[in-house]
Amino acid sequence: MTLTAIIFAGILTYFTRMTMIALISRDMLGDKIKAVLEYVPSAVFPAIIFPGIFINDFGTFIEINDPKIFGALVAVIVGYLSKNIIATISAGLVSYWFLIFVVFN
Amino acid sequence: MLTKKQLFTRGMLDISPHMLSVIPFGIICGAIGVELGFDPYLVYAMSFIIFGGASQIVFLQLLSGGASSLVAVASVGIINSRHLLYGAVLSEYLEKLSFIKKLLISYVVVDQGFAESNKFFKKNRNEEFLHYHLIGTGCTMWVCWQIATLSGIVLGSFVPEELGLKFAIPLTFIAIVVQDLKKIDHVIVMITCGLSSLLFFDAPFKSYIIISPIIALFVAALLLRLKK
Repeated sequence: MTLTAIIFAGILTYFTRMTMIALISRDMLGDKIKAVLEYVPSAVFPAIIFPGIFINDFGTFIEINDPKIFGALVAVIVGYLSKNIIATISAGLVSYWFLIFVVFN
Repeated sequence: MLTKKQLFTRGMLDISPHMLSVIPFGIICGAIGVELGFDPYLVYAMSFIIFGGASQIVFLQLLSGGASSLVAVASVGIINSRHLLYGAVLSEYLEKLSFIKKLLISYVVVDQGFAESNKFFKKNRNEEFLHYHLIGTGCTMWVCWQIATLSGIVLGSFVPEELGLKFAIPLTFIAIVVQDLKKIDHVIVMITCGLSSLLFFDAPFKSYIIISPIIALFVAALLLRLKK
């Protein structure tokens, strides 16, 4: 029962990946659409970033003094200056840990 | 011209920093599935059949919360519909491939792999075997995801929950978009998407994950019109 659902979910997911790559040819997308598609990373990833920071495990908004906000700000600054992925993630995590384990403890 | 092997390796290298967040997240995903009381084999089967981080957790949480299979499957489809946008962007670079190769390569298109390969593609348009970069990012992601979820399933959540490592996921995506903060149009598009995602967070089937990009792309289209 669950396996059947997993298989359907898998087929559906595969179709989301395959449809545009395999069934769309370059000529079907005009220059205007291509120009808009340049923005896809900026238009998609904040939908993962914002809820990951501002909404907690229970689906409600966090407080304004939540350590995640500070951690995210540090990550943005370090990421912007260093252009380094590992530095960005580590800086965000370490500053977050510093607040929850040292400051607020 | 880079060889296929060089491009594949470059893809592996470009995505590997993201494993800092992907591996703990995979362990958590595997462990949650078992904790929710699902058959370990089924939890692992998802990593192979669905291969889509957050959607796997949502699927199991919905089922264990008493939702119907239909709702769970629909939610996975909606969460993963963002791949349609990735595919539309990538299709330009993959159009020379045969139909079969397109079908195969599609299986390994994931968020971080798309992001890193797209950056590489933009700078190296003329490479003949560009798609090997995407295979490199995708396969690295696939292997790490299988190992991470499997170890979460077998060993349980050996990553201490107090560390809050789920927070590494938004951080990994911050690392992906942060350089675009230099461009004001991108900043507007990002803020539109982010605020919309919070506004529509409670929309059914987790549809905020596709509603907010669509709104943000509309704003992008408006910005392009204003620029002219």
